[in-house]
Amino acid sequence: MSVLITGVSGKIGRLVATGLVDRGMKVIGIDRRPWTDAPEGVELHRVDIRKRGAEDLFRRLSPEVVIHMGTVTHLMHRTPDRYRINLQGTRAVFDNSKRYGTKQVIFVGRHTYYGAAPDSPLYHTEDEPPMAIDAFPELADLVAADLYAGSALWRMPEVDTAVLRICYTLGPRRHGTLAAFLRGPRVPVVLGFDPLFQFMHEEDTATAIICALESRLRGVFNVAGPPPVPLSVIIRETGRTPVAVPEPLLNLTLGRFGLPRLPKGALEHMKYPIVTDSEPFRAATGFSPAFDEDATMRAFAEAGRRSR
Amino acid sequence: MKSGVLGKLYGSDVIPLPIKASADVLERVDRLEVPFNRHGIDRFGVSKAEIARGYTVARWFAQSYFKTSVYGVENIPPSGRAMLVGNHSGGVAIDAMIVLASTFFDMNPPRLAQGMAEKFLNRVPVISEILSRMGQFTGLPEHAVRLLEDERMLLVFPEGARGTAKLYPERDSLVGFGTGFMRLALSTGTPVVPFAFIGGGEAVPTVANLVQLGKLLGVPYIPVTPWLLPLPRPVDLQLLYGEPMVFEGTGREEDHVIRGYVDQVKARIQRLISQGRALREGRLQESELELS
Repeated sequence: MSVLITGVSGKIGRLVATGLVDRGMKVIGIDRRPWTDAPEGVELHRVDIRKRGAEDLFRRLSPEVVIHMGTVTHLMHRTPDRYRINLQGTRAVFDNSKRYGTKQVIFVGRHTYYGAAPDSPLYHTEDEPPMAIDAFPELADLVAADLYAGSALWRMPEVDTAVLRICYTLGPRRHGTLAAFLRGPRVPVVLGFDPLFQFMHEEDTATAIICALESRLRGVFNVAGPPPVPLSVIIRETGRTPVAVPEPLLNLTLGRFGLPRLPKGALEHMKYPIVTDSEPFRAATGFSPAFDEDATMRAFAEAGRRSR
Repeated sequence: MKSGVLGKLYGSDVIPLPIKASADVLERVDRLEVPFNRHGIDRFGVSKAEIARGYTVARWFAQSYFKTSVYGVENIPPSGRAMLVGNHSGGVAIDAMIVLASTFFDMNPPRLAQGMAEKFLNRVPVISEILSRMGQFTGLPEHAVRLLEDERMLLVFPEGARGTAKLYPERDSLVGFGTGFMRLALSTGTPVVPFAFIGGGEAVPTVANLVQLGKLLGVPYIPVTPWLLPLPRPVDLQLLYGEPMVFEGTGREEDHVIRGYVDQVKARIQRLISQGRALREGRLQESELELS
């Protein structure tokens, strides 16, 4: 079976590709970024998913499954290009999949779709609309891409579309939004708030995506691993020092004093949790995480100590 | 997990107050039916250590600062889903704390009541943190259903902020009840335990509510007492639990049907309030109570 992965050179993309090759599948990777030591069995094409080069790959190689993770999710990256990649790129992937007979498309999205707000519930279910986009406009294109991908379920019923809303990733590769937030020795917290964070080991994230492929998943699903953990506990268990800043002063301190830079809208995410219910995904795929929250935090913290 | 370790890991800086959990409270926390994981946290973020610290404070208020007399605690189901539904009073919701303390200290084994909190509370620094760790979540139907399906016990004040806003002369009256709790009770098959709380109006005798100032501060209103601040006086309090009421239905009934059920609950609470008032004023003996 041949699987086309967009954004294959990213940390999770590489893990998924390697996992699929190990299972005897042929991987066609698309990314503008290089992946120099890609394993044999991964055919890397450095083309733009919106351009003719990508369409040609669909035409020539007719992948049976497409895993679309070629979205720009880094929130400090705010060029107009980002919106084009996330929205027009997603559209191109679905158009090509329909045109060239792909059987399943897996859209890799994020649980931040639901937004963080004081009146949003714990354990979001897939039928909930996105909230609090006004407070975090930087997320709007990802929310739109998620909904667009979901609309493929009725626009192209012959293709099995799976939209995965995956929680934060943490692990030895120290990649992703949460890892970036926890990178330095000091982590800012909003004084008087201690939200739950839901995260899973990066290898489990890759496994979950592969599970979605193997069970030919169709529909919109939250994907989460171990139970959520309060931010204060994550900071402690990863050996960081919390710096509690009153909310009005926070924007003055971010990016200074060794604290990470954050987009303005991220403030709500430091105050209120985004926790999803992923039981339907587990029931449909049989997925179960290999790493619990402790092992995941430890893996992240130990890799950090080694690299310093 | 040992309490010492717990205290060290989770006790010291989550709630930034110099409060140490007392040993017997920690022992009671261990007997809660809440499924805490090895971090001493359940899947909703309820923290064992913070519960222990919070209830150490709540006990001092309920038993030492106020003198609380609790009647009919045996009417609360010892396990499984349940909804405590009662009157709200006293400006700053001390009634919620007293009810939480009573199901924790007067029941054996203790139970954790989980209040459905006003939305604004989760916006307030420190309060948000304390409520989250103690299982007192924003009053959303999603929270109610999830907790009930997890066989938890909810604490509901259907009068909402209108209830705590009662002025002193209206302290034992009931204002309009919301109906959401009844639809949830029906759809989840949850018994309703009516209760009455007497003395909130005496503790915080509100003479006026400052709505405009409240708006500025992000709260519904600021209650004003004869000594200006809504600081409660150390008065006697009465808490009466009635027998559980079970309603049959789907939760999709027409409004007038639901309204009828809600009125039944309201009438029971009103009777409990009258009896509690009579007890407080010495016109009724405990043996004469009718809690059914």
